[in-house]
Amino acid sequence: MQDLLRRYGATLTGAFVVLTAFWLLALVILPNVTLFESSFRYYLPVVDIGGPKDVYTLANYQKFINNPVETSFLGIPFTMPIHMITFFNTVIFSAIVTVITFVLSYPLAYYLAKMVSPASLPTLILLLFIPLWVSEALRAFAWYIILTFNGPLNSSLVGLGLLDSPIRWQNGVVTAYDAIVIGLVYTYVLFMVFPIYGSIQSLDRNQIEAAEDLGAKWWQTHWRVVLPHAKPGIASGCVMVFMLSAGSLLVPTVLPSTRSNWFTQTIQVLMLESQDWNSGAAYSFLYILLCTVVVTLVMWLFKVKLSDIAK
Amino acid sequence: MSAGVELDDVSCDFGRFRAVDHVNVSIRPGEFFSFLGPSGCGKTTILRMISGFQEPSEGAIRIGGKDMRGQRANQRPTALIFQNLALFPLMPVWENIAFGLEVRGEDKVRRRARAEELLRLVDLPGAADKMIGQLSGGQKQRVAIARALAVEPSVMLLDEPLSALDLKLRQHMRAELRGIQKRTGVTFIYITHDQGEALAMSDRVGVMSQGRLQQVADPREIYNNPVNGFVAGFVGEMNRLTGEVGQVANGHAVFGTPHGTFRARLAPGVNGAPVKLYVRPEHMVLSQDGGSENSVPVTIGDIAFEGNFITVSATADTGADLTAEVRNDGIGKLPDRGAKLFMHFDADRAIILPDESKA
Repeated sequence: MQDLLRRYGATLTGAFVVLTAFWLLALVILPNVTLFESSFRYYLPVVDIGGPKDVYTLANYQKFINNPVETSFLGIPFTMPIHMITFFNTVIFSAIVTVITFVLSYPLAYYLAKMVSPASLPTLILLLFIPLWVSEALRAFAWYIILTFNGPLNSSLVGLGLLDSPIRWQNGVVTAYDAIVIGLVYTYVLFMVFPIYGSIQSLDRNQIEAAEDLGAKWWQTHWRVVLPHAKPGIASGCVMVFMLSAGSLLVPTVLPSTRSNWFTQTIQVLMLESQDWNSGAAYSFLYILLCTVVVTLVMWLFKVKLSDIAK
Repeated sequence: MSAGVELDDVSCDFGRFRAVDHVNVSIRPGEFFSFLGPSGCGKTTILRMISGFQEPSEGAIRIGGKDMRGQRANQRPTALIFQNLALFPLMPVWENIAFGLEVRGEDKVRRRARAEELLRLVDLPGAADKMIGQLSGGQKQRVAIARALAVEPSVMLLDEPLSALDLKLRQHMRAELRGIQKRTGVTFIYITHDQGEALAMSDRVGVMSQGRLQQVADPREIYNNPVNGFVAGFVGEMNRLTGEVGQVANGHAVFGTPHGTFRARLAPGVNGAPVKLYVRPEHMVLSQDGGSENSVPVTIGDIAFEGNFITVSATADTGADLTAEVRNDGIGKLPDRGAKLFMHFDADRAIILPDESKA
């Protein structure tokens, strides 16, 4: 602060502070507080707002556990509230997206960090970045076209004789969420590659050579030396990809199957189609809370501390 | 369990640069052998070739008589101690030491027992459960040695492991390393640019320059009878006098220089090549009168008091810089700066060698 004052003078410093404070208060804190407050009120016709019916309530949150329906998991039938099913599907498939991006990213990150010659590294990183120049929406639509019934994937597979007849990929071959998983992996894979790349890059090459010299096979070196060192990078990559996937609205909307439903879509329907901002806000906060619980649980399971990620 | 290492006409190229140039040496089982040379002389490349991280471009490396071609580092009976030690910071000390056993599938109880045993060998009992970050420099050194010994290597390779330590600890670890080597009987191949280390610890030393092995001999031979100007100049200090070889008799030659005519030992095989006369500073004697053989009139310049000895720099009347090292006997009087004295040397203690810059 003293430094700022000395460098820019009172007027300019004051302007910085006021603008930042305005941004934080008016554009971040205030809307969130308003939304949070409204999540505890009923969705009322305009005439009733401020009237005797306008009281604080948990009803919006309780909707999450209403409407139980029959479903099954791994062949075991049970009943569960419909929005909870959506929530669990979203969490499970976000986790699957996270695992797939990790499996794809780790070898790539290791290759970039330790095997590639320094001369060709910038080119490779540029190649990785080029898809990011295209908007997320266009990339999702690109996958829509690729996976569509008369699209390039089907025609090339049939053309190569690998398939007898085209498949409805978007309806799901393995699960109802196949196309969403593919789209999310493609969209967020770099959020996994770069943190892991960064953490592997900081590993002293002598450590890898020392492990090999002591007789370790390549997978033992990775398991005991490279992976533990890269753990903070892996953790931050996983948290990012998981939260981004769980919070993505675009990909599940562009690449859905008839049976898929992402929790963000539920919130979107509440807020924009039912115009029920109160329930939408309640669902949003519940969602943040539950996702945080999931991430915390998984971090505890893998013995990752928050301070590790911050490194 | 220790094995000899043979380098049979080994060369190594990095692109157009030849890092190691036709090196031939046979290191005996159980020997403490040092490669000594300035940085960039190819000694680290030799070590990496023996350990299997680098393949020779030409020639063969045999360990215990077995050709190592195509054997990766994790298949060779060698253990390398890295310059920065490369201990695993996320594992406790005992897991570091037992890492080589762990990857061989040894069970945990045996691993732990072996780690404790090795910690006693390197004189660090009770450190098993500490983390690497909690250890001092010397302790890390010992853990690195224990980790390398755990895999029972036939050959131990050491890449300047003492260079990061302070002087006192370095001297202590020299003795320690030498002791461990004698106790275990493992062949040690040591890389260093520190001549003191190489001379003090090794059974034999190989002096390297520009990828070539200049001389292989025991430390005394290297110091007292260097084969060329490079070895003479790199190992220890030298006074150099340029001149022409004259009459030769009984291995001694008359050597004509602008500073006078001297007599010195003539190294074999110098005929025709450009030569210099080399005298160690500790063999230079200061005196008042110049009547004796091999004496140069000088003017005393800087005098550096080093404690156990005194370095006297002087300039010959003909312009050459000469240095004498005088032992500090505790009571002797030092010459004054600017004093006119004579430096002389014994003909047996001076040697005429091929010039280092032409080596």
